[in-house]
Order: sequence, then structure tokens, then C-alpha cells
Amino acid sequence: MRTAEHPFVFIGCVELRQALDRQARDERELMDRLEEVPVGSVFYHTHGYFLRHRPLTTAWGNDFARWVAVEVRDLALAERLSVVDPFEFRGLDELREEMVTIIHDHLRRLGTVPRADEGAIFHFQQSHIVQVALGPRASTLAEFRDGLAAVDASAIYFHMVEARARLGRRSGDFAEWLRTSLGLDALAERIERLDTYMTNLERVRARVLSIVDEALEAQDA
Amino acid sequence: MTPQVDDYRQVAPPGAVDIVLKLAERVRGRRFLHVSGGRFGGGPAEVLGTAVPMLNALGIDTRWEIIGGDPAFYAAARALHGALEGAERAITDEALAHWAEMNRINAKKLDLRADLVLVHDVPPAALVADRAEGRWLWRCHFDASRAHRRGWSFMRRFVDQYDAAVFSLPEFGRRLGVPQYVIHPSIDPLSDKNRELSAREVAAIVGGLGVAPDKPLLLQVGPFTRGHDPVGVVNAYRLVKKHHEVRLVLAGTAGDDADSREILADLREAAAHDDDVLVLELPPEAHVQINALQRAATIVLHKTVREGFGLAAAEAMWKAKPVVGGVGAGLVQQIIPDVTGYRVHSVEGAAFRIRHLLNNPELIARFGTAGREHIRRGFLITRHLTDYLALLIHLTG
Repeated sequence: MRTAEHPFVFIGCVELRQALDRQARDERELMDRLEEVPVGSVFYHTHGYFLRHRPLTTAWGNDFARWVAVEVRDLALAERLSVVDPFEFRGLDELREEMVTIIHDHLRRLGTVPRADEGAIFHFQQSHIVQVALGPRASTLAEFRDGLAAVDASAIYFHMVEARARLGRRSGDFAEWLRTSLGLDALAERIERLDTYMTNLERVRARVLSIVDEALEAQDA
Repeated sequence: MTPQVDDYRQVAPPGAVDIVLKLAERVRGRRFLHVSGGRFGGGPAEVLGTAVPMLNALGIDTRWEIIGGDPAFYAAARALHGALEGAERAITDEALAHWAEMNRINAKKLDLRADLVLVHDVPPAALVADRAEGRWLWRCHFDASRAHRRGWSFMRRFVDQYDAAVFSLPEFGRRLGVPQYVIHPSIDPLSDKNRELSAREVAAIVGGLGVAPDKPLLLQVGPFTRGHDPVGVVNAYRLVKKHHEVRLVLAGTAGDDADSREILADLREAAAHDDDVLVLELPPEAHVQINALQRAATIVLHKTVREGFGLAAAEAMWKAKPVVGGVGAGLVQQIIPDVTGYRVHSVEGAAFRIRHLLNNPELIARFGTAGREHIRRGFLITRHLTDYLALLIHLTG
């Protein structure tokens, strides 16, 4: 079994939320505010959705789609927003542009601007991610597997979402380490290709574990 | 005895306690000061009572100071708090000046040296005028979004002197010149109000309160005020009663004001004509009794018209009960419609949802299980500790 020179350190994270002085009462305000908020807020309401989303609730893919569906009850726009996969965009400004274009296009076809119920205002937020190293370090694939199985779910978010979308590590930390430190290119590629959209962190963990288990079995054989 | 953070491994989500321990390592030795208006009464004081010793045990040098004053100071602070919650209050300039002066006097007496100072609610809010070192945050535990204009413009002079403010929800804040962080309140699953009770204990306590276990129990816990709409709950119960043999218990405290007394009289009148309606006026420290009632309940109601965040729904959901609640902002966070309960806009809506649950008992169990998990993930004190530690790390480096 190969041993990495640089062990993998699992990083968990905590989200410190910050409210911005930007609100939307209807879909036009949602579009206007979305154009002007910091990109950190776009990230919070799209990629950050995966850190907060629990399998108990209906998945809408991002906070904008959820608000339009639940509070404005405009399911047509909600569906169009929910299908926007934030992982497909090269940058947050590009993602923002896509969302704004969808809302603009939708509003052009409507006579009136759909509005949320009284008190159900959309409040734009952003977050500060506080990182924390967790658990024992992993130097082998087996140790990596054990660490991944036990680590807090926020570590899955950090290495699979935050690292790719905000920290510029496009492959994600798991795939990158498996490729560069253990030379497991095929395994890295499979993890890199995992669809992390419209699911939850525990399911992503289960999928990565399943792929790693297959690789471990193949090594043993 | 105050529980230690490791005691929460049995109830918190997997990994949550480890995150707390690891975050604490990063700020070990840092000085964290809380200042509030008192040590008793209300959720914020309950949380601090548990969190402060735990943070100390984690190596954070944490203190909790209390501001003191004369009756005129407390009266002014209460009036200002009411105005900031949107109530019409007659506050004189002299009263506000006295409140600020008492803060200045306290600032000279209290040891306010710390790396992070978290000032809770209104009574000590003006201490910031005498800040010396560290980062200062104002923790507003109530909904200030509809603050009375004069009260807010007075208060804002102080709030803008802080480095940031912390609200329970984004919608509770107001336009400020400083950053606004968002931290939800939490419940302590090991406190008397929420700890596990055996079926025998529950039966004994509930029996002692005069509640027979022979019918499905509908329960609302909360003050007897218009904001909690207990009269609306009685009316919803009457609609349900046409179809189901149920019992209603309204448990809470009554205020000294005429409005509360009038509502309590109405409720007692309703109870006098119906043996299945019980009005239990309990002291604020009746935590175990509330715990037992929530565990004995079939469905818990929280039909508030307007309140702050409010955690009665979370407490009931922690006991795996479906909740039929109002539409206050805090309830929107706590109740997931069709998953952990229902949010209703009217007496009729409440009655309809209660009947729906009674007619589909499998939903009661399913919502209860989902509700407990929802609270475990988002509203336990371990999450609150995590937020405090994240604040310490983020603001003090």
C-alpha cells in the first residue's frame, strides 16, 4: 500500500453568517439586488446551500429558487432557477449573470411582478468560513477511508465544495491528494466527476466511500 | 451540576462535539466577556448559564458580568426595550439620560477588559461608550425590525459604536453602520426543560398537575398574552372537539398587565365550562413540569401571532412532537411544513391541521422523528458554542 509523503488533513468548517442590508420583496427586487450584492453572497445562497441543506426538506438547489417556490409560489421561475448547477460555472460572476438573466427573461413574459407574502422577505446574506483541522491525518488510502467515514460532514463540504468553488482548487481536495500524493489517477478522476449537485453531504460522503472501497478491494485482490 | 461538552456527545450530531473542541484549541486562553442585565429569566440567560462554564472548561477565559442599577434604571431599560420591539412607550429624555448615566457608573465598576465583549440586549448596551480594549459586539436577542423611531434613533447612537451586532435572524435587524452577524438561539438538551424523562416520571408529574392521560393531549406552552393567541387556540380546540375526544392544556405565565389578566380570565371562563380545557398557571422555573407536559402531548401548538425567535416549538420538536405553529419568523426556521409540522394563519387552519394529524396518526410519529432530527442539527447548544467560538476566531484573529 502506497504511503503519502504529505498526509491528508481533513478540514471541517463553521459558517459565520452575516446579514447584508439588501432585501427583496418581489422577483424584480430579487433580480436587482442579486446584481449588486458581493459575490460572497452569491456563493452563500448557491454553493453554501449544500452546507445547510438537510435531506428532510425538498431540495431546490439554491436559496433563490427555494424562496421563489415557497414564499412567492412562482413554481415556473423556481424550477428554472433550481436547475442552475453552480458547479458548472467558472466563476461566481458568471453564475450571478445566469441567475439574473433567467429572472429577467421570466419577468419579461409576465404582466405583474410576483411578490412574496407579507413578512416573507428575502434577506441577502454572506458567510465567513472558519476552518478547523479535524481528526487523525491520513497517509494511506485505508487511513483516508477511515478518516472520511468518521469526519464531520462540514469537511465534505469544505473539500468538495468550498475548495473547488471559492478557493480555486478545481479538482477538489480529495481527488487532488489521491492523484498527487498517492498516484491514484483513476480513483481521483472518478471522485472528481461525482455529481455533488442536488444531493446532500452525507450522500456525497457515501458515494466517495463507495468508490474508495472499490479501490481498496482492487488493491487487496 | 453544569454538564461538560463531552456529555453532549450522546445527543449532538456526530462530529459536533469534536468541532467544538478543535475550535476551542484555536482560541485557548482568549478572554471572552459577556455582559447582561441579569442572571435569571429568559432563554439568553439560560444559555449563558450553561455556555460560560463550558467555555471556561474548554480553556477560553470566559466571564459573565451583570450590570446593576436603581429601580429608575430598570424601568428605563424596560421601556426602551419595549420601544425597540415596536411598542408605544412614554420615555422621557431624563429617563434615557439616567439609563446612560447608570451604564457609565457600571463601566467604572466592572472589569470590561477582554478580547471579545458580547453585550446582551438593552440594559448594558451603553457600556460601549466607555469601551477600552478588545472587540465589542451588541447581541440583540429580540426582533428590533419594527422599533419605535425615537427609541431606535437613540439606541443607534450606541449600537454604531460597536464593532458589529448579532441578531437571531436577518429580519430582526435594522440598518446599521456596522456588520450584522446572524446566530440562531438554541436549546440545552440536558437542561431540566429538555432532558430525557422516563414514562413513569412523565405520568407522575403530569398527573400531579391534574392532567389525566385518557385522551390525546393538545398543548400550548407560552405566556397568556395576545401575541401567543391562547384564546385562538381554545377556539381551534373547539372546532377539533366536534370530531375528536381530545384534551387541551394551556400552560404558561400571566403578566401583571391588564391585558394578560383579561386573557387569563377569558381562558378560565372557557375552562369552567369544559372539563377538557385546563389552564395551568406555572411559575417561570417550572422547567420539569413543562418538559413532562411536552412529552405527554400528542400535538403541540405554538400559535403565536408575533414574537421574537421563540424556542417553545424547538423544545417540543426535540421531544419528537409535531408542532402546529403560527407564522412568526422564528417559527419559519423551526417548523418545516409537511415535514415536522404545519404553519397556520388562522384558527380554522390550526383546527384543520390538528384534525389532519389526529386522523393520520402515522404522520404524528413521522413528523416527530423528523422534528427531533431537525433540532439536533440546527438548534442545540453545541451549535451555539460553535457559533461563539467562530465569532472569537473571526474577530480576534
